[in-house]
Amino acid sequence: MNNEQGDSRLRGNLYNYILTIADNSLILGQRMGELCGHGPSLETDIACTNISLDLLGQVRSYYQYAAKIAGDGRTEDDIAMLRTEREYVNVLLVEQPNTDFAYTIARHFLFDIFHFLFLTELQKSKDLTLAAIAKKSLKEVSYHERFTSDWIKRLGDGTEESHQKMQTAIDDLWAYTDEFFNPTSAEKAMAEEGIGVDITALKKKYYDTVSEVLEEATLKVPESKYFHKGGKQGIHSEHMGFLLAELQYMQRTYPNLEW
Amino acid sequence: MSEKEIKNLEEIFEARIARDEKIEPKDWMPEKYRQTHIRQISQHAHSEIVGMLPEGNWITRAPSLRRKVALLAKVQDEAGHGLYLYSACETLGISRDEMYEQLHSGKAKYSSIFNYPTITWADIGAIGWLVDGAAIINQVPLCNTSFGPYARAMVRVCKEESFHQRQGFEIMLTLCRGTEKQKAMAQDALNRWWWPALMMLGPTDAESVHTEQSMKWKLKRKSNDELRQQFIDQTVPQADILGITMPDPDLKWNEETGHYDFGEIDWDEFWQVVKGHGPMNKERMKARVGAWERGEWVRDAAMAFAEKNEQRKIAKSS
Repeated sequence: MNNEQGDSRLRGNLYNYILTIADNSLILGQRMGELCGHGPSLETDIACTNISLDLLGQVRSYYQYAAKIAGDGRTEDDIAMLRTEREYVNVLLVEQPNTDFAYTIARHFLFDIFHFLFLTELQKSKDLTLAAIAKKSLKEVSYHERFTSDWIKRLGDGTEESHQKMQTAIDDLWAYTDEFFNPTSAEKAMAEEGIGVDITALKKKYYDTVSEVLEEATLKVPESKYFHKGGKQGIHSEHMGFLLAELQYMQRTYPNLEW
Repeated sequence: MSEKEIKNLEEIFEARIARDEKIEPKDWMPEKYRQTHIRQISQHAHSEIVGMLPEGNWITRAPSLRRKVALLAKVQDEAGHGLYLYSACETLGISRDEMYEQLHSGKAKYSSIFNYPTITWADIGAIGWLVDGAAIINQVPLCNTSFGPYARAMVRVCKEESFHQRQGFEIMLTLCRGTEKQKAMAQDALNRWWWPALMMLGPTDAESVHTEQSMKWKLKRKSNDELRQQFIDQTVPQADILGITMPDPDLKWNEETGHYDFGEIDWDEFWQVVKGHGPMNKERMKARVGAWERGEWVRDAAMAFAEKNEQRKIAKSS
């Protein structure tokens, strides 16, 4: 392999790697955006909107960087809104619907713990742009983690009804947690280069932290060993197409325009 | 307290307002002053909260990431305005739950403009440009109103609203500099939002029941008709910059008065919407009441958890 081929392979892997990170935030940010104005209290409404805003802000930095790497004129919006469903590589967890506030919090919490551990490591990336985005995002994500952990405790250890609802949500969403730790080829390649994070190394810490919060919330840590995966390979749940239909509506209806 | 004593207090109170002194929550105030302020401030807070819905309707469909982020930030600002207006109102001795109850039962009103649907992306631009524009005209004088907490809240609200207004105009400008389809989308939004925006400044002076007293308490500095004229005079040149046309064939500059003349406002439509029969009244209330009811178990859990924590603290310290 000559230098040029090696370079282009690295760029391809880096591009795909950025999507693996950013698609999670895009899809979760979109889900949180659905709740704006419909939350259980004004304070939670503001917090959820704020979290959505943080995530989408991060997404913009990642996609702008990805667009630069692609170097073929594509923009952050092309990457966000003009791919086919099979080309999105977010984990299945983040596309799960806002069934009720317990599901919303459980989904976010299960993501936040991962997100926090991941960004902490990504700060050490040899790629200075990724390291800088990670550093900036980590401040925001540590707030998200605190917010959702607090709500896990409030709902888990609140009333009997809230305990039940929270347990159901955790039990249902648990099957989506293992997918984080199955590396794609881009993730493997980037970890080897010292650009990406070795996600397999985060697994133990992840389940320890999650269990600690659940136990404090008087919730049972699910014992199920059956997990779902596929999102990172672009094989999504039935929810995804509808989410994308809204996300892509304007760009698909009016192609190539400035907004 | 004797009638004479009350009259004396009232005179002192009115004199303080006349001297431009701020009235603070713990100061003595006439019951009517308290009630009027509860009505107006809660109505204002409700408008912010209900106003999140028509714009929130476009968050998931915003055309670019930049617009999506800006819209989220805007709607979040509105929630923030609602929060500190409710807080200002609570200082007058009413709880937020009571205010919600009044909103949900239909006893308390909110700005009628939010009972119109947002059906295209251009509506988000038109709302920022026209609705926030009209709101600013209404609200800037309130930065100097007599009730301290309201005046202070309004200083912050107005700063953010004027940012929203510029952002809305910029959405319209982008559309108007775009393709024919985009420009048509902007014109269509203007056609639908112009008249409701004019109605936002309130009924004509002849029909406005609260004006005189409100002027005295500095809840109002200008009459509805004066504010409306100010809004029109300021907005028509902006439409010229955009290159779109106000949907009013009678609109024209009057050299003599130095103002724009404008056509008849359809007050029947205004009253129909105020009375709860606008295109979106039922949906807006359904969304608010639905969110409140769906959230009940969450709020109950938060209360129960806080109480448990309190008990744990007591048990620990004893």
